[in-house]
Amino acid sequence: MASAFEYAPAPESRSIVDIAPSYGLFIDGEFTDAADGKVFKTVSPSTEEVLSEVAQAGSEDVDRAVKAARKAFEKWSALPGSERAKYLFRIARIIQERSRELAVLETLDNGKPIKETRDADLPLVAAHFFYYAGWADKLEHAGFGADPRPLGVAGQVIPWNFPLLMLAWKIAPALATGNTVVLKPAETTPLSALFFADICRQAGLPKGVVNILPGYGGTGAALVAHQDVNKVAFTGSTAVGKEIARTVAGSRKKLTLELGGKGANIVFDDAPLDQAVEGIVNGIFFNQGQVCCAGSRLLVQESIQDELLDSLKRRLSTLRLGDPLDKNTDIGAINSEEQLSRITTLVEQGEAEGAERWSPACEIPSSGYWFAPTLFTNVTQAHRIARDEIFGPVLSVLTFRTPDEAVAKANNTPYGLSAGIWTEKGSRILAVANKLRAGVVWSNTFNKFDPTSPFGGYKESGFGREGGRHGLEAYLDV
Amino acid sequence: MSEKTEKTERFDRLSVFKTYKLYVGGKFPRSESGRVYEVTDSKGNWLANVPLSSRKDARDAVVAARKAFGGWSGATAYNRGQILYRIAEMLEGRREQFVREVADSEGLSPAKAKSNTAKAAAVVDAAIDRWVWYAGWTDKIAQVVGGGNPVAGPYFNLSSPEPTGVVAVLAPQESSFLGLVSVIAPVIATGNTAVVVASEKSPLPALSLGEVLATSDLPGGVVNVLSGRTAEIATPLAAHQDVNAIDLAGADDVLAKELEIAAADNLKRVLRPQPVDEVDWSTTPGTDRMTAFLETKTVWHPTGSLGASGSAY
Repeated sequence: MASAFEYAPAPESRSIVDIAPSYGLFIDGEFTDAADGKVFKTVSPSTEEVLSEVAQAGSEDVDRAVKAARKAFEKWSALPGSERAKYLFRIARIIQERSRELAVLETLDNGKPIKETRDADLPLVAAHFFYYAGWADKLEHAGFGADPRPLGVAGQVIPWNFPLLMLAWKIAPALATGNTVVLKPAETTPLSALFFADICRQAGLPKGVVNILPGYGGTGAALVAHQDVNKVAFTGSTAVGKEIARTVAGSRKKLTLELGGKGANIVFDDAPLDQAVEGIVNGIFFNQGQVCCAGSRLLVQESIQDELLDSLKRRLSTLRLGDPLDKNTDIGAINSEEQLSRITTLVEQGEAEGAERWSPACEIPSSGYWFAPTLFTNVTQAHRIARDEIFGPVLSVLTFRTPDEAVAKANNTPYGLSAGIWTEKGSRILAVANKLRAGVVWSNTFNKFDPTSPFGGYKESGFGREGGRHGLEAYLDV
Repeated sequence: MSEKTEKTERFDRLSVFKTYKLYVGGKFPRSESGRVYEVTDSKGNWLANVPLSSRKDARDAVVAARKAFGGWSGATAYNRGQILYRIAEMLEGRREQFVREVADSEGLSPAKAKSNTAKAAAVVDAAIDRWVWYAGWTDKIAQVVGGGNPVAGPYFNLSSPEPTGVVAVLAPQESSFLGLVSVIAPVIATGNTAVVVASEKSPLPALSLGEVLATSDLPGGVVNVLSGRTAEIATPLAAHQDVNAIDLAGADDVLAKELEIAAADNLKRVLRPQPVDEVDWSTTPGTDRMTAFLETKTVWHPTGSLGASGSAY
């Protein structure tokens, strides 16, 4: 099908960001090579162009970074909260100042549309630092006792889907409460964390308070296992989360995990359909569906199934897939070859199990990693595409007849991160929300985030909350 | 050319005095009454002629504050926080000016000039940091004083703080800057708008603060600053039917009682002055100066029922 509108290309200029040919580890305020000299390349997933070569931290580097963070902890935690606050306010302001540069960088390294990095990721990053800056000198008001103390050195491992935002979610509350951090960004998206190191320098942050160690899973495992780490925070897959839980078992390390999801987006027959369609699209195609809280299971009331699906398919036909730097792009690149093959495998299995696959006509660029928006109907709860987190632009459609059935189906998953409810009836929203075993429930909206609002999962979606007053607890000795 | 340079060097350059004016509705008017009064330093040396505000000026300020209330209270807490932080940024850049004004206003003898300046600098630093402290409160106060209530029935029940409206603020008489900031910031942090009566004896830092507020993205009318006789301006404010609350920090005991009686006419929320021996503006505040000017709104909504079965997961 031909696109409804023809658009001229409207690419954001990449000249605003200056990517160095190589980056080191950021330890104790200095960029340094890995002890064993190892490096890895980071590529732009939309073009497969090598963006930079990055030092890969090994266990010796992890040890050095933890020592630096330990050394910095004494002074940092002893600072008056009001002084720590001012450092964080400075960081928030510098992020605001450099937000366009960081948005372009993130789009290049991650593959997500500039529209999203510019209008969602970066504003949320700055807001998160701004919010937690304000807590640094108000901890006695947060409900954790008169003088809550920090834990010490936090080891933090973050994913590639929202690289800088996940960094903000980890670092802002940790520093506000007086901890120091060693953070490992994902191997496919290390660059924005390394730019953040430069922001720490501009803000005059004391050396060793923030240490950044790019690397693969092995680096993360070494960090999590390090004896002198007091707190572990991880965002990523449920499988790795369970492995981390086993690693820290029997230690004194405080653990928070933000893991996978299989969010149900429930549409009742009285829902405002046009709004619901927008919400469904946002719920599963935001960031190419590479979102732990994605609304990847659409539960639609049987009586409106046909009408809703017609409307949804029409809407999907207007989505624009392509150059992530183009300001009109809705669907960018899949983050890596590995992720693309995982999505492909699960989708093939969906077809093999008898579900009906549909995608709009969609031109796929010749280089890079791409996956067309995909919709599955005739899905049963037993299908793997209804149970496993696909982490891609793939929506599984199931139906229900009664609210009770909707709730039962929504909860029929080991995950419990997010859910959506679409209905004009307020009491139904609240009744259904009460029954859902999920950490975030959006009604008549989806994928809304705010630094003041706690986020996190039930069941195998992890434990602990990030954001809001609740987000402080993960970094306090309470 | 060189001759001319030589010639001017024989004179000390004459400085340009600032005309101190009110700050009302984002503008800098003189008093409508045309009156001024003389402000001196602690040794009696002339510093400036400042507007001696009338009851009409007070009423104009209330109109400006009321007009600004809808926009300011409707702004997101995040936005208000950004603006309060911007005030701190702007003040930091004009730190030397305020150190001088505070030193003059709250001065010590010339022999101790150095230590006096150091003390004034500490006062100004504390005032800047106080804006930062309240900037952080804008999006947290609701999380500390509001919340869901577990009522014994099928209802969603949520209590949230809301600003009370236009607040008349009598700034402390002695602490002309740190005290002033300490009473203005908590009022506007939560979304109220303010009519501020500056320290009668030392109004210069307050009038200069208006210039900072005007360049900090703070919408005009959110803070209005009047100078003059506290009793003369406060009396019509306390009796004003479109003022929702009054902070009596700058009133003595006799005046405070009179104003509280007048305020009862439309049941203004009244924050009484602290006893003189307990006032210490340098200590970290609590939340009381914010909660004094907040209403609590509780919303009920039925949660409906899905039948007895529900979900056992």
